[in-house]
Amino acid sequence: MTSIAKDLPIKIYVPRDSSALSLGANRTAKAIQQEAHKRGIEIEIIRNGSRGLFWLEPFVEVATANGRVAFAPVQPKDVASLFDASFLNPDSSTAKAHSLNLGLTEELEWLKKQQRLTFARIGITDPVSLDDYLAHDGYKGLANALKLTPAEIVKTVTDSGLRGRGGAAFPTGIKWNTVLGAGEIGVQKYIVCNADEGDSGTYSDRMVMEDDPFVLIEGMTIAGIAVGANQGYIYLRSEYPHALHILNEAIAKAEAAGYLGENICGTNHRFKLEVRRAAGAYVCGEETSLLESLEGKRGLVRFKPPLPAIEGLFGKPTVVNNVISLATIPIILDKGAQFYADYGMGRSRGTLPIQLAGNIKHGGLVELAFGATLRELLYDFGGGSYTGKPIRAVQVGGPLGAFLPESQFDTPLDYEEFSKIWAVLGHGGIVAFDDTVDMAKMARYAFEFCAIESCGKCTPCRIGSSRGVEVIDKIINGTDVEKNTKLVRDLSDTMLNGSLCALGGMTPYPVLSAMNHFAEDFVPNSKPTLKKIIDIVVA
Amino acid sequence: MANALSIEKLTTIQSLITQHKEMPGALIPLLHAIQDTIGYIPEDSYLPISRALALSVAEVHGVVTFYHHFRTFPIGKHILYVCRAESCQAMGAEKLEAIIKAKLNIDYHQTTSDGAITLEPIYCLGNCACSPAVMMDDEVYGRMDNQKMADLINEARAS
Repeated sequence: MTSIAKDLPIKIYVPRDSSALSLGANRTAKAIQQEAHKRGIEIEIIRNGSRGLFWLEPFVEVATANGRVAFAPVQPKDVASLFDASFLNPDSSTAKAHSLNLGLTEELEWLKKQQRLTFARIGITDPVSLDDYLAHDGYKGLANALKLTPAEIVKTVTDSGLRGRGGAAFPTGIKWNTVLGAGEIGVQKYIVCNADEGDSGTYSDRMVMEDDPFVLIEGMTIAGIAVGANQGYIYLRSEYPHALHILNEAIAKAEAAGYLGENICGTNHRFKLEVRRAAGAYVCGEETSLLESLEGKRGLVRFKPPLPAIEGLFGKPTVVNNVISLATIPIILDKGAQFYADYGMGRSRGTLPIQLAGNIKHGGLVELAFGATLRELLYDFGGGSYTGKPIRAVQVGGPLGAFLPESQFDTPLDYEEFSKIWAVLGHGGIVAFDDTVDMAKMARYAFEFCAIESCGKCTPCRIGSSRGVEVIDKIINGTDVEKNTKLVRDLSDTMLNGSLCALGGMTPYPVLSAMNHFAEDFVPNSKPTLKKIIDIVVA
Repeated sequence: MANALSIEKLTTIQSLITQHKEMPGALIPLLHAIQDTIGYIPEDSYLPISRALALSVAEVHGVVTFYHHFRTFPIGKHILYVCRAESCQAMGAEKLEAIIKAKLNIDYHQTTSDGAITLEPIYCLGNCACSPAVMMDDEVYGRMDNQKMADLINEARAS
């Protein structure tokens, strides 16, 4: 070992992503540092992003001439045994024999089967190292964009087929084109990044911001140049404190290096970027509510028209795009529209960063071209449920997405295919539930969540959600079940058609899909009530 | 007002107002700054804020109360957020929630009698591959079970 230590310090990677930290990555990094010091071995610990195999965090890697070798999951108690096995020399027979040795990271099937475009660098680089970013194709997209006219940049984005990854799937290029053509020449315009990722089961925005912040900054800069906006805001949810610090650090570094601010890369372009913290209102993920919030108001949804592209932030033409949409722009500008459009199926072009969540054995980030089936995701990648019981239901697309039964697991991930089965892909979050789930309870929760988060502007959402909770409770308690079931369907119809935005308008998706696909759970007294279960557990 | 603010807090608030008032859309960044600095947003601050930003007191009150993150009362030494969203529910969040409430002997929006921990619900921490999750102050913890939860609470109480 000591002979190795005399050479350059060996590089060890320990992720700093929030999910890795949530499983003890800081303690692991500290234990490795201390153990190396104790043994007089010089090492360099790099705090990279996460590769996204969260069941294996803390995911430690050792750099070798052939690539990085993974040891995972590493808890502080494992560290001494790793040193004893000479893990800093992964080719040694003892290191190879160590139970945590997973071999070369790049050879892991889970990663090899993916098509990582937006997430190309994530888990590989040090998130706040601009040099690392540049060494891994960073700012190549901007370099190309600077050679194009604004209309040519917009056309590239349109031709790539990229659609809004926040959930609405509106073509990004068309939105940009509207902002490009809006207002008088020289009018103030804005780029707003919607980083209010509130959907349960989603964390891809968080990963981009924590694990590769420069790609978002680059994407927003390109957007600014494309539509003629010189100010950008990242509206970041307050639940992501690490992302806030990392983004601010990256923005300062990009500015210092001339990638943000005045005269970007020596040109006449100017683009300023600022992170604004949200304050815990789910509805502010809706773009007009978000704009109200950025203006310092309550997050009340606006009537449309006017579209934000015409009258957005402070009444000016504004691009509002999700983190993933903006973070995908650099690779499109780098490799070209056709390169990106060659992935995917039908009208869903490119890739989708899918997030496996909930009761799943191998939860994590899977970026794939559109077209893979839910079943492949849940079993080939996810490995089935965490508890080992059958997966009974999955909710795709966050709290406003439909619950899908096993019979729909062969649906390909494609915006239109999901529409056909009255479901949504949303932001690509997949939450799995095993067979202990009570779907009547989930339907009730959907209404409850809507009631908690409703902005209150429109009646179907404000009142409908509270009445929905009451009526579901009646069904659960066996009161006039037939009448009340009809009432829930009537109420859902009103919310679907009469709400101002997707919060009220889509709450019926989880409610009705639960009722339609899992009708047996809505038969009263068929099982112990939630209260009974909790009473038993707490006792 | 029941608890008049100390001169010190009022001076802090006034200086934060001065720092933020020229920002476009200043109110929410200002409210964050006040809460980050003194732990909550005292109702006594509404009047000076409204004057500086040319708003009514009602508008300031409306914004403070619209957002779940803002609070108008002091909290304990630590704040524990428990995720109630679907992914955590799929991994037993309700059981965890009941255990936490029993252990702390408080409900949501309350503070333990020793002033150590304030309990709040939260809807998604973005740690959904490691559910159930909680957040203590600014740190997220995943795959929580009874033991890990008890350790975390004891650690917070001791610090």
